[in-house]
Amino acid sequence: MSKRCEPPATFAPAPEASPLRDRLRSALIGAAKAAGVALGLAFPLLAYRTETDFSNALVLQERWAAVAAIALAAFVVRLICLLIPGRTKAASSPRRRRAEFAAIVARSRRLISAAGLASLIAFPLVVLVLLGPARSLKWIDSYGIQILIYMTLGWGLNIVVGLAGLLDLGYVAFYAVGAYSYALLSTNFGWSFWASLPIAGLLAALWGVALGFPVLRLRGDYLAIVTLAFGEIIRIVLTNWTDLTNGEAGVSSIPRVSFFGLPFIAGPEGFAAHFGLAYSPIYRVIFLFYLALALALLTNFVTLRLRRMPLGRAWEALREDEIACRSLGINTVAVKLAAFALGALVGGLAGAVFAARQGFVSPSSFTFIESATILAIVVLGGAGSQLGVALAALFIIGGSELLRELDWLQHIVGEGFDPTQYRMLIIGFALIVIMNWKPRGLIANRTPSVFLAEPRLAAPALAEEGRV
Amino acid sequence: MEIFLQQLINGVTLGSIYGLIAIGYTMVFGIIGMVNFAHGDIFMLSTFIALILFLALTQILGVSSVALSFVLAMVAAMALTSLWSYMLERLAYRRLRKSFRLAPLISAIGASIFLSNLVYVLQGPRNRPAPSLFDAVIKVTHGGGYDVTLSAKQILIVLVTALLLAAFWVVVQKTPLGRAQRACAQDMRMAALLGIDVDRTISFTFVIGGALAAVAGVLYILYYGVVNSGDGFIPGVKAFTAAVLGGIGSLPGAVVGGLLIGLIETFWAAYISSDYKDVAAFSILAATLVFMPSGLFGRPDVEKV
Repeated sequence: MSKRCEPPATFAPAPEASPLRDRLRSALIGAAKAAGVALGLAFPLLAYRTETDFSNALVLQERWAAVAAIALAAFVVRLICLLIPGRTKAASSPRRRRAEFAAIVARSRRLISAAGLASLIAFPLVVLVLLGPARSLKWIDSYGIQILIYMTLGWGLNIVVGLAGLLDLGYVAFYAVGAYSYALLSTNFGWSFWASLPIAGLLAALWGVALGFPVLRLRGDYLAIVTLAFGEIIRIVLTNWTDLTNGEAGVSSIPRVSFFGLPFIAGPEGFAAHFGLAYSPIYRVIFLFYLALALALLTNFVTLRLRRMPLGRAWEALREDEIACRSLGINTVAVKLAAFALGALVGGLAGAVFAARQGFVSPSSFTFIESATILAIVVLGGAGSQLGVALAALFIIGGSELLRELDWLQHIVGEGFDPTQYRMLIIGFALIVIMNWKPRGLIANRTPSVFLAEPRLAAPALAEEGRV
Repeated sequence: MEIFLQQLINGVTLGSIYGLIAIGYTMVFGIIGMVNFAHGDIFMLSTFIALILFLALTQILGVSSVALSFVLAMVAAMALTSLWSYMLERLAYRRLRKSFRLAPLISAIGASIFLSNLVYVLQGPRNRPAPSLFDAVIKVTHGGGYDVTLSAKQILIVLVTALLLAAFWVVVQKTPLGRAQRACAQDMRMAALLGIDVDRTISFTFVIGGALAAVAGVLYILYYGVVNSGDGFIPGVKAFTAAVLGGIGSLPGAVVGGLLIGLIETFWAAYISSDYKDVAAFSILAATLVFMPSGLFGRPDVEKV
């Protein structure tokens, strides 16, 4: 966590005799304090691990070495922080540098987007050629499709959070509605994926409107909490309404997606036989990948277009100042509701793709942690920035999948070390750091999408700091 | 009637725990206007701290008196949880006070995820069973083939809560720090102009909130006998509901709201559906915020331009 790294302010000019010794002394005191705090924080939780013994009573295991290491680390880090002088503000103009950097990013944004799109389209084929059908399954499925689903979710939530400025902590509810819509329609009534997809989206949008309508006049943090409550209510209902949803056990054997009516099966009616190919599950996964990609690109396209339309401009204005919007005669409830419904629609569509990918849905896929992960994607990427959200989805979801690959660390750190445990720890930590360091996200974009003349430099520069 | 009486006893016990947590939410909201989403996880953290300290006292140091170990563990847990709460504000919230409105909330969500997963990593995923203490049970009345009982735990929980609330009330109403705290809650800038150290006062608020959450944590694990690293979320949301129901920012409101939520939850579980008991709390939360945002005792919230 970022600590303030500036030397203590002195009111009188420091005596010339030993400024260095004084500084060293105060730095040592500060570092000792930090070590003390670290000891206090680490003491019971890290020093002892509770383990249940064979009679199910708790016994303690000591880990004092780790406590000492933490305290030492705190001491050293704080000491370095205090001894290295803070950057003097006059030396370089950070605002100007930042503006130059923003200009470079803006110029290369188109290039990055094009390169990203090209690599996304080429990804499954390249992987297939490099690794062969058997080994590329994992890469296309758990990396490719999953990242694309989260990218779609991130872009969907970005409409609500990034554009309209409404913090939605229950976004996973719409994802769940979409997933369950497809799961139930297909298993109960035999509907195909293509028939269920629009229904899943529409149902989710309907829920978005139904839940959004009563709460949209609330102020920001209350709205966040109420959406959280709605998300949890939907999850609890999904868990307990066993007649419909089969409860905790979930809905399984959801039919797989078909190639516009051609099923991906081994038989003569299957996709592979029809095109004269040898049967392999890889075709279905590749098709699903492009399906998820198409959905993500559609979301992105619609969002980018909407931002230039009156509705999108109203969202951006609403995010900046709701009262001013109302005074200018914008129907804030309708505008917010549109953002909510569109975000929910995207969530529902992504949910249907998720159900088709897994072939199985259960309430445990739709917890608050899931909402928080999607929110982290939006916040880290930069609320309002399409490119940032895409990159954040790549980092967060790809990163957490990569953590699964780190089994070999067990040989170094010790048996029972599970890197995936650290996934949410890192995400939580990243949320705090981003809020403290760059509250507008890694790629901030709060400049309006449409403006009359050239925008002045000062406004976006201030806005990026989150001060305005 | 007997069932009703029993649920009343259970509800008041549960409600006292919620009330103690709710004070942390309401004080922080009153002074800096943010929802300290991580407060529920601070509460969960304190149950682990207290549990480990209790075990360390009885198993490693060999303190034979259960009551003494219990009191020592509780006091030490209060101190250490206060330190966590203090550092939370210092590192995750302080710099965001002047940032845009949702920044502290997002940081708090991050802190909540961080804390619960920290305990998960450090202490493992499984439920931790606590040694069962104070097992005496008093039979109050008997009727209709049903015993109405009052356990020593429940008496202890309500007594400790009442005692602490009284002490807390004195601190807030009579001491200079409490006065500064109320002044900052009314108007932070004016308080600062009058020479009140606002940073220190806010830290003090977090320390008090952490200490009360620690007491709630000790009582919680005493009552339920089991704790898990994910146990901060649901009690936290319920306590927040209590704070909102009582009128966020109002201290008596938090206690009354806590009792109400405890009672509603137990009666809902007993008479309507125990599967949907969490839905009751969430629905009350949503309904209160939509229809009665200032709660029972709160001041109406006026958004100034």
